[in-house]
Amino acid sequence: MTQSVTATPVPASRRSFDAGEFFRRYGTVCIFVVLVVGAAFESNAFLSDRNIMNVLRQISGTGIMAVGMLFVILTGGIDLSVGSILALGSVVSAIAIDAHGTGLGVGLSVAAGAGCGLVTGVLVAYAGLPPFVITLAAMTAVRGFALIVSDGQPIMMGDDASTVITNFGSGFFLGIPDPVWLMALVFVLAGVVLTFTKFGRLVKAIGSNREAVRLSGIAVPRYVMAVYVISGALAALAGVITTSRTGVGSGVVGVGSELNVIAAVVIGGASLMGGKGGVINTLLGALVMGVIANIMNLVGVPGYNQQVCMGAIIVIAMLLQHGSRWFKR
Amino acid sequence: MSDLLTLTGITKSFGGVRALKGVDFSLRAGEVHALLGENGAGKSTLMRVVGGELQPEAGSITFEGRSLTLADPKAAADLGIAVIHQELALAPDLSVAENIFMRELPAAISWGKLNRRARDVLARMGFELDVRRRVGDLAVAQQQVVEIAKALSRDVKVIVFDEPTAVLSSRDAQRLHDIIAVLRDSGVGIVYISHRLEEVFKIADRMTIMKDGALVGVTSPQVSTIDDVIRMMVGRSLAALFPKAAHRSIGEEVLKVENLRRGIKVRGVSLSVRAGEIVGLGGLVGSGRTETARLIFGADAKESGEIRVHGKVVKINSPLDAVLAGIGLVPEDRKHHGAILDMSIRINTTMARLKPVVNALGFIRRQRERDTVMKLGQQLRLKSAGPEAPVSSLSGGNQQKVVLAKWFHAGGDVIILDEPTRGVDVGAKTEIYGLIEELAAAGRAILVISSEHQELFGLCDRVLVMAEGELRGMLLPEDYSEEKLLALAMTNSVAADQAAPLDLPAHKHQPVN
Repeated sequence: MTQSVTATPVPASRRSFDAGEFFRRYGTVCIFVVLVVGAAFESNAFLSDRNIMNVLRQISGTGIMAVGMLFVILTGGIDLSVGSILALGSVVSAIAIDAHGTGLGVGLSVAAGAGCGLVTGVLVAYAGLPPFVITLAAMTAVRGFALIVSDGQPIMMGDDASTVITNFGSGFFLGIPDPVWLMALVFVLAGVVLTFTKFGRLVKAIGSNREAVRLSGIAVPRYVMAVYVISGALAALAGVITTSRTGVGSGVVGVGSELNVIAAVVIGGASLMGGKGGVINTLLGALVMGVIANIMNLVGVPGYNQQVCMGAIIVIAMLLQHGSRWFKR
Repeated sequence: MSDLLTLTGITKSFGGVRALKGVDFSLRAGEVHALLGENGAGKSTLMRVVGGELQPEAGSITFEGRSLTLADPKAAADLGIAVIHQELALAPDLSVAENIFMRELPAAISWGKLNRRARDVLARMGFELDVRRRVGDLAVAQQQVVEIAKALSRDVKVIVFDEPTAVLSSRDAQRLHDIIAVLRDSGVGIVYISHRLEEVFKIADRMTIMKDGALVGVTSPQVSTIDDVIRMMVGRSLAALFPKAAHRSIGEEVLKVENLRRGIKVRGVSLSVRAGEIVGLGGLVGSGRTETARLIFGADAKESGEIRVHGKVVKINSPLDAVLAGIGLVPEDRKHHGAILDMSIRINTTMARLKPVVNALGFIRRQRERDTVMKLGQQLRLKSAGPEAPVSSLSGGNQQKVVLAKWFHAGGDVIILDEPTRGVDVGAKTEIYGLIEELAAAGRAILVISSEHQELFGLCDRVLVMAEGELRGMLLPEDYSEEKLLALAMTNSVAADQAAPLDLPAHKHQPVN
């Protein structure tokens, strides 16, 4: 490409500090750093190895779901069904691991989640129905389904069958909890897909300008459908982790967790209009959510107050990332 | 008879471009005054001044003998000036009655009274319509009646119709003319903008002709002929921007389209383009050219029609099908349809054919992609900070080059360009003309849509002219003149009354594929 005299790429004046641009880019990092520093001052226990590992272990499920949600949000969609799919994943894994062993059990569970995502994905992508409503319907239906499958009761696994999975839930590798490794693997894979593959590029492009992508001869619905399948599969995987930590499959876990997951992605700077968002910031978003809950527990903030604080933090994150234009006026 | 409304020396600029250059216009009570001119002549701008939507920089407005300023549309409406735009301003989910009294809906609606008053207004116009019906369910012609009734719900003295019959069949147009006659006889001053000269000559008392934002003259159907009026409208000339036509050899027929149909915008269009040939598609804005292009490309679903590429029938139900058949489209709306502005030149350029830059596992071969994009950038003389620069950082001309590069890369045999130089500066225009020539010289079949007649004449081997969703004729280079093009585009309305009553929105985006 010819460098031209008429189009100077970066005028010198733009090198000066632009607070709005800075926070748009690094807002999530800033919030995270401020939170960690603040938490360390508030509580001596916060920076202990044990507590850090605890936070990481707690967010592993949310983090994995946030990756799926990130894909959906990148296309400009939303997936409200992940909390219910998590419950289905938990129930199915408990039953299937008992019956068929760990490998097949986990596989069946993830497949069930992917199947739920396939149904919502087809309805959103091919029938053109609004994702908010369709995944809201799926949220209700899948929750009911999980309760039907579990007969409304917690599902205990036989001791032999559950050994492998519960060991995973409570185990460590190189001093880091196993579920955290799984979350890290999911994030790395998602990062590779988004950065280096055709699929990742088209997901972002569809969120940026769906019509231009369609008019380039891309089968847009195929990709839109795929992100819901991914989201469903990862939500079920998070359900498997829940089961692994307690040894029990339950149809009532994860109620409201879709909102935490969406909050994590949005704190990570993703735009609900689509096209904008990344893996690293999403991880930071999930960490922010985890750290807030953790520090409030450590210093003994009552549960209801925690919810108010959580809401306030989300608003502050939004103002930092997107509020600069509003302040400038 | 004294003038009801007089505009004197109206001047208005948009970002340095003078859209109105001291225009005079007068309207009497009880006359139909036609306002004529090409697209971009300034007719609609002038009427937006009358409607209070735009404030002129210079000039004066006199209404009923009083000099005044129209600060906003409400001020104009309060005086009894109503402007009925091409795009109707109706709330589709509300009833006919609610729409008619939109501006004065009470907080608590008394349905009986509202409906009775609505029926009264319609009856005065000589129209019967169920006032409880949802406006979105009505045909376009009926919606127009509602829009007029809305104006008549108040004491109205001036009504401006901006191309009211563009979307109407000839029977509905006749009914509209009957309404206009009633209004005229009751002393309302009517401004009538239309591109159908024959109907203008039937109903107008006087005609004002504009060109390039200036007044050309005022005449009447008794004094002038249609040919006279067309001659007054044309005469804009572009500088010689066109590359000396390379020696192109025109080969086999590549694209053949037969009897393409969709709603009232495309009514049985057949055309063909041969290898190495540049065919123009001319006509006025709204004549169905863009819609035709979108149907060929599969961007909208066609009701009927057959498309052949290299003699073989291809099923085109989506842009993907079109791209696979070797057809590319440079759309009219670059920002929304052509390019992904937030993304890089590199990503935009390879979007229509990713195969050569993706390996078997779906990973992007970044180096190869960069090389491809750099090479195309040089070939198209793209001015940018590099392949990673977002398209939004480029000038209009260079953005358009990225869209062109996309289809250079895709390598299909048919390329359709819809207004390829809109919003492009003169220098880049010449370069884009050169690139189009290059594509043709390489044996591609090119279809160019343009509203700039000189552009069509400079570029094309022949020009097809569309009006009202139909092809009205063809011009060969020896016939190239704006008069002949406009005569085809603006007369000979053989609007079929059996025109499909579907009224499909032309740009309705298909959610599927």
